[in-house]
Amino acid sequence: MTQAEALSETRSSHDHHPGPQRKWQDYFTFNTDHKVIGIQYLVLSFIFFGIGGIMADLIRTELKTPATDFVSPEMYNQLLTLHGTIMIFLWIIPAGSGLANYLIPLMIGARDMAFPKMNALAFWMLPPAGILLALSILFDAPQAGWTSYPPLSIMTGKVGEGIWIFSLLVLGTSSILGAINFFTTILLMRVPSMPLTAMPLFCWSMLATSALILIGTPVLAGALILLAFDLLAGTAFFNPTGGGDPIVYQHMFWFYSHPAVYIMILPLFGVISEIIPVHSRKPIFGYLAIAYSSLAISFLGLIVWAHHMFTSGTPAWLRMFFMITTMVIAVPTGIKVFSWLATMWGGKIALNSAMLFAMGFVGEFVIGGISGVMVASVPFDIHVHDTYFVVAHLHYVLFGGSVFGIFAAIYHWFPKMTGRMVNEPLGIVHFILTLIGMNLTFMPMHALGLQGMNRRIALYDPQFQPLNELCTIGSYILAVSALPFLVNMIWSWIKGREAGDNPWNALTLEWQTSSPPAIENFETLPVLRWGPYDYGVERIPEDIEPPLTSPELQPESSALS
Amino acid sequence: MQGSTVDPAQAALNYHAEAVATGHEEHPDHRIFGIIVFLAAESMIFLGLFMAYLTFRAVYPTWPPEGTPERELLLPGINTLILISSSFVIHQADTAVKKDNVGGLRKWFAITALMGAVFLAGQLYEYHNLEFGLKTNLYASTFYVLTGFHGLHVFFGLCLILGVLWRSRIKGHYSSQHHFGVEAAELYWHFVDVVWIVLFILLYLL
Amino acid sequence: MLAGIALTLVSIWYGQHHGLMPVQASEDAALVDGLFDTMMIVGTGIFLLVEGVILICLFKFRRRPGDDTDGPPIAGNIPLEILWTAIPVVIVLVIGVYSFEVYRIEGGFDPEAAEQSPIQVAMVSNSDVSTPLMAPQHKGHHHLALGVGATPDEMTTAPDLTVNVLGLQYAWIFTYPDTGVTTGELHLPAGKDVKLVIKAQDVLHAFWLPQFRLKQDAIPGQDAELRFTPQRVGEYPIICAELCGPYHGAMGSKLYVQEADEFDQWLQQQVASQSNADSTVALQPSEPTDADYLSAMADHVGVDASVLERLPHTLSSPSELVPVSLVGPQG
Ligand code: HEA
Ligand code: HEA
Ligand code: CUA
Ligand SMILES: [Cu+2]
Repeated sequence: MTQAEALSETRSSHDHHPGPQRKWQDYFTFNTDHKVIGIQYLVLSFIFFGIGGIMADLIRTELKTPATDFVSPEMYNQLLTLHGTIMIFLWIIPAGSGLANYLIPLMIGARDMAFPKMNALAFWMLPPAGILLALSILFDAPQAGWTSYPPLSIMTGKVGEGIWIFSLLVLGTSSILGAINFFTTILLMRVPSMPLTAMPLFCWSMLATSALILIGTPVLAGALILLAFDLLAGTAFFNPTGGGDPIVYQHMFWFYSHPAVYIMILPLFGVISEIIPVHSRKPIFGYLAIAYSSLAISFLGLIVWAHHMFTSGTPAWLRMFFMITTMVIAVPTGIKVFSWLATMWGGKIALNSAMLFAMGFVGEFVIGGISGVMVASVPFDIHVHDTYFVVAHLHYVLFGGSVFGIFAAIYHWFPKMTGRMVNEPLGIVHFILTLIGMNLTFMPMHALGLQGMNRRIALYDPQFQPLNELCTIGSYILAVSALPFLVNMIWSWIKGREAGDNPWNALTLEWQTSSPPAIENFETLPVLRWGPYDYGVERIPEDIEPPLTSPELQPESSALS
Repeated sequence: MQGSTVDPAQAALNYHAEAVATGHEEHPDHRIFGIIVFLAAESMIFLGLFMAYLTFRAVYPTWPPEGTPERELLLPGINTLILISSSFVIHQADTAVKKDNVGGLRKWFAITALMGAVFLAGQLYEYHNLEFGLKTNLYASTFYVLTGFHGLHVFFGLCLILGVLWRSRIKGHYSSQHHFGVEAAELYWHFVDVVWIVLFILLYLL
Repeated sequence: MLAGIALTLVSIWYGQHHGLMPVQASEDAALVDGLFDTMMIVGTGIFLLVEGVILICLFKFRRRPGDDTDGPPIAGNIPLEILWTAIPVVIVLVIGVYSFEVYRIEGGFDPEAAEQSPIQVAMVSNSDVSTPLMAPQHKGHHHLALGVGATPDEMTTAPDLTVNVLGLQYAWIFTYPDTGVTTGELHLPAGKDVKLVIKAQDVLHAFWLPQFRLKQDAIPGQDAELRFTPQRVGEYPIICAELCGPYHGAMGSKLYVQEADEFDQWLQQQVASQSNADSTVALQPSEPTDADYLSAMADHVGVDASVLERLPHTLSSPSELVPVSLVGPQG
């Protein structure tokens, strides 16, 4: 008897009665339930995705023609700065935190996060900072790019730049508080029967992510503090006119912001490692390799930051060091990609929206990864740095990677979060539109960059117009693609088909409780009786009677204790 | 790697071991671990600022830049001694509370608070008498930002200590079993202390 | 097997026929393109492999209606995993070494050595004329030489021509220190070993020559250099690639690579016309650029004629460097 059979057998008799449930008002309060907080994060981040997306389409509308005929160049810079900042700090990172908040305690059999109040606090720091940042477009938005390099950033609008620094300090603090929670919860609050090596891979990836947040974000805070002094108090840390050094800012910024790209992708690597086995009905291929590769990526991610500075003030031998370490990241990432492919190979793949987005993730991320390794090569990067080639790279990894991953996660865990199924045809339409739109928008950017179109410009050489028109059309398709998604979410939440506790016959712990889970998650703390991915594995006979006498046989409850 | 990642015999074993622990038990207390993780993150801010300082220093031909007024070592030296010894003092409080000696806890915490306050006052006095201002040159700017940021931490630590003192008036609030607040304040204080030692070496001695 | 051969052939073909790069105007460009082609071959191969497997899974391994059973419980295969760890390691090492070589031949390591090299010391006297151009306010700052310098062969010889490049919001100013000529467009002789010394006056800029595959940030307070030999006569865009303000997109100029004698002629002309009273003809683009879209912006761009007119005077005396507030609409 395999897992699938065993589960479907016990299903009918076992379906939990949902325990006490949340009221909708709870989602607007300082609630400390990790599931409420998780959904708060997700909904808020989607709203900011919409805002950032609208800005992207304004950018694309401006770029449809070579002249600056749609918005003024100042406005253009404000739009692109806010677009980048919002997408990164208010969309992908909070969406990752949302998934982690919702899933970690359920996956490891805990009743809540380690520090529920701090968790709620971390969430409630986002709305004020985010709203302030988004509204700044109405009076004076930052306009020095999401990287905000001095001396430009301390010379353009003071108000906008001040808002940018303030928002980022708040968002960073929130992110750190969140990471402390994830780190502690994963290490110390697993059910005693779950050793680290039987933990779902999403938890591994969140462990690696939190480590990066804890190490990187504070350094960004340090850079922002110094930048704020330059901006507001007139010091000259990064201002050459007073003897300062703008390159130091770049080092401090990228020491955080390169790891930040892994903060944005690792949670979704984890998500993909969860989704693929469930819908392929096969165990994950190479569990340990995937788990440890997350740690390897996290470690390597800390020592590659200067690859963003190959044309700035980096000495040659440093450029070579950072080139090699950067390229080496292809190895652990490749391990993951090939393991996912091997998991799907020979499986029985259910082609639903979640799985399609997961497969789309693998396919699109690889494109961004390959262009990533290309830009890691110093002589080549000297040519394409600060061009649309880099813009193409970053959207392939961030949109084709992170955004696809978040969509996959939403479709996969929607039944768990709401107790209802999504509408599959709508989901598939969403997937197809997104896939077409994304490639149409971002593929031509590779060619644009190689041929000489630099980034962050509102007016460009007319020779680039045809390709830019393609990109613009693609971005409109992306805007349209959001409609089926929105309709699907709202409609399914209210009226979707009842899902039951475990519609996917999945084995991880979050599926072993009711949907949506009761307030304290589990009636009785669950006990691991199978690994998280034991699909197709012959089931353990229920009646094994182990000797209970020798205490040495008791496994350690956690690696740290 | 064939098959399950969970050993069936062990799993079944756990099943029995755990069946006992059901019900909605108290939330486990991981706050000390959390504080340690938090302090690790905090130290990264300082590390970032230190690295920035060291880079400025390395790039400049002379450091501090020519024309920087001489700094006095006596006052900051005394201040350093006070801060370092306060770490030992606060540890006495920890020992006391572990013996259920709340009076001792209050005494040692009060002394630590006093020493912290003296340190801050000394710092302010030094700011007042320095011959360079925030914008004099790069050294001056880093000096003020680094010591100021650290001073902010001392101030926050002081508030923690006073908070513990305030709560210790409640009978039975702290005991050998329950003294998270004491431990947290102490850890934080040690952290502030260690940061200062590095800071002192960087800014005054090097 | 067959699929593997087909995949390899397609990758090799596409890697060399993508037609994505602009014209090669120097030998460095050909080197970089060779590197890019190689990465394209490998990249196309990996791309086809991964997408191919995904497509096969999509069609061959999809769940048939009514089949609710699990797949085969295969949870790993050590030799396979070692293989797909080792192959990327090898690829990455090869690309790494190849990149290193290209960078070395281009002259990437030269600026490191430059500080000790005696030739550089000799050059200093030469650059007297250019000192005024260096932003003078950064006293006491240690100047790192950065960029792409001499190729290993040229390491021992001085460049045939040095040009000082100054980036400011929103224009490039070129000074020929040997003659004192200052222009808004760059003219270079073909086949000669030229060195550009790149500085910035206000904020970061980046000096980009797409047809030469060369780029270097212009950093206020620090010097950078690009040394190369233009091979192909023609007119090429110069682009500012680092965000430097609202009109960053309009900050560009032209590079004219001319035959050596034509270049000399041009230079003589400039010397004559610039020493002639204080005419500043050279600073206004001599011919209308084909980018007419720019002219519509000209009065926003901030570098209008009146600002340009001041440049040669102010730049000739170190004390009067163009204040930032004169340049750019917002000051
Ligand atoms: C989710 C975000 C994300 C991710 C995951 C990545 C992943 C990678 N990035 Fe990217 N990157 C960004 C987001 C991201 N990046 C952003 C936002 C910027 C621009 C910032 C700005 O300037 O605004 C940027 C810019 C950027 C630069 C600077 C470019 C420039 O400005 O000039 C570089 C240079 O090295 C780089 C490299 C890489 C590499 C090597 C990876 C690797 O991790 C990729 C590894 C993955 C693979 C390689 C694919 C899978 C592997 C295999 C199938 C195995 C076989 C493959 C090989 C042997 C090649 N990135
Ligand atoms: C996760 C990150 C992320 C995402 C998802 C995107 C998404 C998009 N980006 Fe962006 N982009 C960045 C991160 C991201 N970008 C970064 C970091 C930069 C660099 C900034 C800088 O240089 O400083 C950048 C820069 C950038 C540029 C270059 C600007 C320049 O250099 O001049 C362009 C140009 O085309 C662009 C376009 C787009 C487009 C068309 C999309 C589209 O995919 C957007 C599609 C989405 C929508 C159309 C919205 C969908 C709507 C909903 C989900 C409904 C919402 C609901 C409500 C409103 C209630 N982006
Ligand atoms: Cu100068 Cu962009
Ligand atoms: Cu990076």
